[in-house]
Amino acid sequence: MKKKRSQLEIWNFIGFGILGLYCLFLVFPLFRTLKTSVAGADGGFSLMYFKEFFANPYYFSTLLNSFKISVVTMFWSLLLGIPLAYFYTIYVMKAQKFLQIVIVLCSMSAPFIGAYAWILLLGRSGLITVIIERLSGIVLPSIYGFNGIVLVLTTRLFPLVFLYVSGALKSIDSSLLEASQNLGESSFRRFFNVVLPLCMPSILAAALLVFMRALADFGTPLIIGEGYRTFPVEIYNQYVGETAVNHNFAAAISVIAIIITALVFLFQKFLTTKFKFTINSLHSIQRTKPKKGVSIFINIYAYLLVFISMLPQIYLIYISFKKTSASGSLFEPGFSLDSYRIGLKRMGSAIPNTIFIGGISVIFVILLAILVSYLVVRRTGIVSNVIDNLSMVPYIIPGSVIGIALVLAFNTKPIVLTGTVAIMIICMVIRRIPYTIRSSVAILQQIPISIEEASISLGASKIKTFFGITVPMMSNGIISGAILSWIAIITELSTSIILYTAHTVTLTLSIYIFVSRGTDGPAAAMATILSVFTTISLLLFMRISKSKDIIL
Amino acid sequence: MSVSIKIENAIKRYGENTIIPDLSLNIKEGEFFTLLGPSGCGKTTLLRMIAGFNTIEGGSFYFKDKLINDLDPAKRNIGMVFQNYAIFPHLTVRKNVEYGLRARKYTSEKIKNGADEFLKLMQIDEYGNRLPEKLSGGQQQRVALARALVIQPDVLLMDEPLSNLDAKLRVEMRSVIKGIQNKLEITTVYVTHDQEEAMAVSDRIAVMNKGTIQQIGTPRELYQRPVNLFVATFIGKSNIIKAKLEIENNKSYIKFNNGYKLLMENVNEENKKNKNIIVSIRPEEFVIVIVNEDEYENEDGINATVRDSIFLGLNTHFFLTLETGEEIDIIQESTIENVVNKGKKIKLRVNNKKINIFDEKGDFNLLIG
Repeated sequence: MKKKRSQLEIWNFIGFGILGLYCLFLVFPLFRTLKTSVAGADGGFSLMYFKEFFANPYYFSTLLNSFKISVVTMFWSLLLGIPLAYFYTIYVMKAQKFLQIVIVLCSMSAPFIGAYAWILLLGRSGLITVIIERLSGIVLPSIYGFNGIVLVLTTRLFPLVFLYVSGALKSIDSSLLEASQNLGESSFRRFFNVVLPLCMPSILAAALLVFMRALADFGTPLIIGEGYRTFPVEIYNQYVGETAVNHNFAAAISVIAIIITALVFLFQKFLTTKFKFTINSLHSIQRTKPKKGVSIFINIYAYLLVFISMLPQIYLIYISFKKTSASGSLFEPGFSLDSYRIGLKRMGSAIPNTIFIGGISVIFVILLAILVSYLVVRRTGIVSNVIDNLSMVPYIIPGSVIGIALVLAFNTKPIVLTGTVAIMIICMVIRRIPYTIRSSVAILQQIPISIEEASISLGASKIKTFFGITVPMMSNGIISGAILSWIAIITELSTSIILYTAHTVTLTLSIYIFVSRGTDGPAAAMATILSVFTTISLLLFMRISKSKDIIL
Repeated sequence: MSVSIKIENAIKRYGENTIIPDLSLNIKEGEFFTLLGPSGCGKTTLLRMIAGFNTIEGGSFYFKDKLINDLDPAKRNIGMVFQNYAIFPHLTVRKNVEYGLRARKYTSEKIKNGADEFLKLMQIDEYGNRLPEKLSGGQQQRVALARALVIQPDVLLMDEPLSNLDAKLRVEMRSVIKGIQNKLEITTVYVTHDQEEAMAVSDRIAVMNKGTIQQIGTPRELYQRPVNLFVATFIGKSNIIKAKLEIENNKSYIKFNNGYKLLMENVNEENKKNKNIIVSIRPEEFVIVIVNEDEYENEDGINATVRDSIFLGLNTHFFLTLETGEEIDIIQESTIENVVNKGKKIKLRVNNKKINIFDEKGDFNLLIG
């Protein structure tokens, strides 16, 4: 009896510990944000900031703009991503493995870098703009504003749709397709009547993710938006204060943003419940060789899409090797490594910072994800339930809102963390943890509990079973999750831009700083280094991950 | 090494749901004991209570004289074989088998010898260094058995161990299991819903339904003298015919619907009363009597019409309808001539030593032991 009780206490203790962490670093900052948003000038309760937001068409338009961008980006991402996933799953394509890696790579750069490269290509004095104008006299439509933002976000977010939908397609039993064919349906109708409905839960999940990412993205509209203001930019402006610092107003916008994302989240949940099936997949779909015409079409479609999406990164790599002026802001004929020299010198300790902050964050993310998933899957109870729900909260909160919330919570006593490395790590962990927890829960649910019981009945203690059986069986998924977290963390911008100081600049932040100063050479050089980091990490992931399913 | 198991007044609840209301059971040392019942009857629940993976809401569980209710599952010295084998997929076959020995912190020599012995015994010694995913279902089953037995457990628990195997392997593995159990003489509790499998391996079987034990007995006892209608229909096949019990001169007769009377010599004294009964007759306990049409009414037996028959080689199955509309199945050894055609009216007699009779509700058997 004694033994049993002490074992229970370990998990209870862990549960309460994690709950405490969530309260301190998530609930408390959000509460602080809410409180700040309704604090009047005299310190009393006031809704003046909300009134101002809705009364002033300028502020309200930022919200509307964000919404428009998110919906249109979602539409294009689905339109491009679903067919790509379908072709990829049912047909044999050229260099299939390579194609998959490149598609995934498209989604892994920081969006603002893409925005920046598109300006270099299609901006007022962009490479392609100038060439086309010189050759044909045609002036291309402006890349700045709405179109540019949608272009950048779509080319970055359609891979998410691809990954979700191709995962869902893999779980469809091929006999379902054969049955529909056998009943006389054309392959075109089959796609709409059988394939799409069966993938609907995944499509909705992907749509939500794309919507949330597009809505929360901060760097893209900041760089390519020009006059087109979105609300994450507005939060940032209110916070850093182009005119005057106004924390209360930033908090009020944050609260409105959370309400909107929560509503979208609930709406998506509601839709998903209407499309729930369990498919007992015995025979997954085998790829077939397409007819020549089809083959040409699908290969051109896929490779053109990834080429356009990769173009910004490729161009940045190219110009990073161009000869540059001493300031780094002008290019000269010829090639050199000057951009790298200047960049590495000026960026200070950004690379060690990135490795340190990213590394520590990943360790915490993994540790927490393992413990939380174990609590949620194996130790159901009130505490586990609360943690389960709390763990999904950061998923729907835009990064810049998390940044504001953390500042509001930790720039005054009793706990002052602003400006420290700690707060950078905290923000990275919060941003990333919902994804890793979800994938860990999925992994753990696939491990039958009888395996743990077998270990216990053979005489191993519960702790020994956890570390000797459960964790090693999860390890493949854990390591893959760690690598994906690592990639997400090193390319993170929207939260860290609010929290960073000169001592905690990361690689992504330093690229942003170079970009904003107009020093193109070093910016391109640093972006190239970041691309190398992500590519190596991704290849490592592909190597380790057995399942071949990437869940972001 | 082996111990007896005693369960007294066990209770299992999940929230408001009572799965097992009050269950008592004695399992003898070295016995192969099976819990048999339809799914949801509580058999796996009871097994997991013995193993320590389910909480016990009431009652006492003993291994020999030792109360184990609150003993950590790791300390019960139980070998357990799971329905899905629960083999550690990241460990080799040998490491799987050694796992329990390592948990007991044995010397490396003892671990190696133990693993060697049982790998050999289960004929999987050549797969020692392979990962389990490379093995077939039957081989994985052998690994699970070796792993459970190598720790020299006091009790072996098996939860539907054969349900994931195909029919042929199932038959093969059940003789392997039975053989090993006989050799090691280890107290074994085996859970299954397959009555044929239970009959094939068990010394004794407990038939369970809705959390209560209906009957405990040897396979022969359960088949020949089921205590109630549930056991009669769950173990093997039984035809159910409504009839009356009539007592004349202290002799008991079954009176069938058409007036056919059958003397029963083994009715329990206390049940010798005129009343409605259920007669339970197994397909092979009927005798088909073929009568000429003009003599039909005078001949003894239950009136029946042949609906259909299936020739299965050794046996022929007949499907008949009684005058009451009750449908029955009969199995007879095949004869050279198929003398019973579809639509033919025949008489049925039964072997009065083998059949069973129950009260009107089917709750208890009216016959002696």
